[in-house]
Formats: sequence, C-alpha cells, structure tokens
Amino acid sequence: MNSKLRILPLILGVSILSIGLAATSCKGKKKSEATKEKQEVVSADEQTMEQIKTAEKVFNALPTPLEVAQLIKEAGAKFDASLLNPVDNKSNYTTSKSMALNLGVYVCDLSFASMYDETSLLVNYMEAAEDMATGLGILDAIDENTIERLEQNINNRDVIMEIVSETFLNSQAYLEDDEQHAVAATIITGGFIEGLYISTNMVDMKNFRGNKLVGTIADQKMSVDDLIRLLETYTDNSAIQELIGQIRELKTEYDKVPRSSAPSSSSYNQKTNMTEITGAARSEIKQDTFLAIKAKVAEIRNNYVK
Amino acid sequence: MKQLIKILLVAAVVSLIAPVSATAQCKGFAKSLCKKELGAYLHDGNYHAAVLVEGEEAELYKTFYSDLEYRMAICGADGLPPVQFSVYDATGKELYSNKEGGLNSVWDFKLEASQQLKIVVKVTTFGTRDQFPASGCVAIMFGFKTK
Repeated sequence: MNSKLRILPLILGVSILSIGLAATSCKGKKKSEATKEKQEVVSADEQTMEQIKTAEKVFNALPTPLEVAQLIKEAGAKFDASLLNPVDNKSNYTTSKSMALNLGVYVCDLSFASMYDETSLLVNYMEAAEDMATGLGILDAIDENTIERLEQNINNRDVIMEIVSETFLNSQAYLEDDEQHAVAATIITGGFIEGLYISTNMVDMKNFRGNKLVGTIADQKMSVDDLIRLLETYTDNSAIQELIGQIRELKTEYDKVPRSSAPSSSSYNQKTNMTEITGAARSEIKQDTFLAIKAKVAEIRNNYVK
Repeated sequence: MKQLIKILLVAAVVSLIAPVSATAQCKGFAKSLCKKELGAYLHDGNYHAAVLVEGEEAELYKTFYSDLEYRMAICGADGLPPVQFSVYDATGKELYSNKEGGLNSVWDFKLEASQQLKIVVKVTTFGTRDQFPASGCVAIMFGFKTK
C-alpha cells in the first residue's frame, strides 16, 4: 500500500479526536449536532470536513455593566446609591457561585458609580470586586496597582471607566483562558441582573408612558434570550443549572413583551462616517408586565445579594 | 487529498496545543492590539477571542441599543490571512460586510431601534496549496461612545 494512504486513517483518527477535544473545550458552542446519522454513509473526506464544520464557534455577547450603565444614563435616570449592593456584604460571600455572581454585581455597581461620577464610592467598590476576584483565584484582574491607579485618577472619568472596562475584560479573559467558562458566565449573569435591578428600580412609575428607560428595559428581552443561550452551554455546572431555572422564569415574564417587526436597512452617512441602521422591531411593555419583570429580577437578585 | 491531509494535520496540532498556549496569546492579542482599534470608543469590557484556522468561521450574537454609537473591531493575528466579517439582522438580511471597505477591521454604526445582530467572521484563505493552513487568534471587540 502507498505510504501516504497507510498513514491516512491515522491522520484522520487523530484529527477527528483532537478536533472533538478542542470543540468541547472552546468557549463557543458547537454549531451542529445533527451529523451523527449521516456519518455512516458519507465518505471519510466528507465525514472529516463535517467534523471541522462542527468545530465552528458561536459566541453570545451580553450587554456589559458599563454598557447598561451608559444606557441608563442616556435615558436620563438619576443615580441612587441605595440600590447598590453594600460593600459590607462582601464578607457574606464565601462560595464560588456567590463570589462569581457578586463580582458581576460589584463591577456593575462600580460601572454605575463611575458613569455618574460618584467618586466617593469607587475605591470601596473596586476593593469589594478585588476581594471577590481574589476569592475566585483571578489573580491579575484587579490588584493593588488597579486600586492605586484608581485613586490617582479619581477625578478623571475617562481613566476611571477605562479601568472598570479593563477589570471586566481581565476577569473574563482570565477565566476563559483557564477554561473556567461557567464561572465567567456566572459573573456575566450577576452583572446583567444587577443592571436590570438598578434600572427597573430607577423607573418613575408616575412617568411610565413614554419613559425612555422603560423602553431600554423592554429591549432587554433580546438579551435575556442571549443569556439563556449562553447559560445553556454550561448546563453540566450545578451553579448554572440553578441560575438557568431562575432566568427562564424571567424569560417567561419577558415573553409577554410584544415586539413589532419591521424590516431593517442600512446606509452610510458620510457626515458622521457611520453606518445607520433603520427600521427593525420595537419592544413595547405594559405596566403590569413591567412590574412582574421588576419583581422577578428582585427575587433572583435576593437569592445571592444578602 | 494532499490539501485535506495538511488541513487535518494543522487542525490536529492546533486543537491539541490551542487550549494551553494559544488562548493565552489571544488574551494578550485582544488586550494589547485589538483594543487599540476601538480608538476613542470605550471598550465595553467583553472578551471574545478564539484561535481560528484559515477558512474557519465563527458567529457572534449581540443585542445593540438604539441610544449608543458603536464601533466593532475584528482583528486577526499576524500570519493569518485577512478576516472577513458580515453583519445580519434577525431576518437574515445582510446589513454590512467589510468586503465593501476592503476587509477593514473596524465598523462604526448606530441603530434607530435596538435589535439583535449576528456577526459572521470568516478567516479568508491564502489559497496556497503547498503550505499548511495558517492559524491564529481572532478577537471581536465592541466599544461605544460616552457622553
């Protein structure tokens, strides 16, 4: 037998095995599971190309705490420090799950404080986030240098927000690189729910109709779907299993928010050097649905912020 | 067949070593190089990076909001062929492709209404049959303007 043909089954075997291993370890969800039945009848080449295809990566990106804080500020809501998780609570968080959720919470609170120039809160909240990160073994996300840099730039909003952004990026990157994807997803969930908690509590119910912030909260319907897809990737993790049940209950409430549909189109604006996307669907929310969402978010948050 | 063998060998080697070494390189690449592409836009803090082989695709789903002005930066590491990306709405309609801009790595945009977009990223190929397919980090980063 030709030597190339002799080694081909070995190459194919090693490749399929290793691609399979890589696909299970990467962050992205495997794209298709529906190839098993076909494999018995297709040729080796087709089979292997199919395996390569299944290794494609899919990411679900949630709005980050900074993005949510910016949206709330854009909506004109006023800052309320009483809505944040008090830093004194940090000693209550001793399990990996509670530390991961509250790392997301404290980074979210930090984002709000930085966006609203609440400089007196920044160092304490960064230290609370540092404690959670240290407890999780995320050593290079937040350290003494971060706190020092924060203190030195306490009145420089741009630098502060840059530091907060880096903190979140470092935590996520460390955990993703360390194959701790479920912990990274838990932090994202904590931050997302905290953003929803703060925003739903900032709505002035006397000015519900036409309230821009209400519209922003209604738009989170799509992000709740994104969050569920993200968590469904890690259902073998017990902490995620508990969380996903709660988030599905939130989705049940969000499913009552109708979205009108309209085709979208894009055009380039030469004045702003920016593509403008017009059209698409809009979410509209009734007052009772909003209150049900607000209550569900508070219920979820109260499970781990105490 | 020769090309297939090469693809398989590279994929095998890359996928075996990627979890331990290349992902760490991705973090540095995303933070030190790709983030710079966001310029004056504030990075949202998200981290999306993976090792891709030439010809490979990745998809990302994200909801974008009507009140913000965004910049998306999609960068491939040195040694990779250019990275192509296209953006689709929920109906599958293509809203943008960087083929329009000569495979540029950044795209600035804003939306009239919040919506979920799908971003499809594909590493193009060098088209050289005599060499192993290239592989390397691809990072996807988002920034928004603060006021």
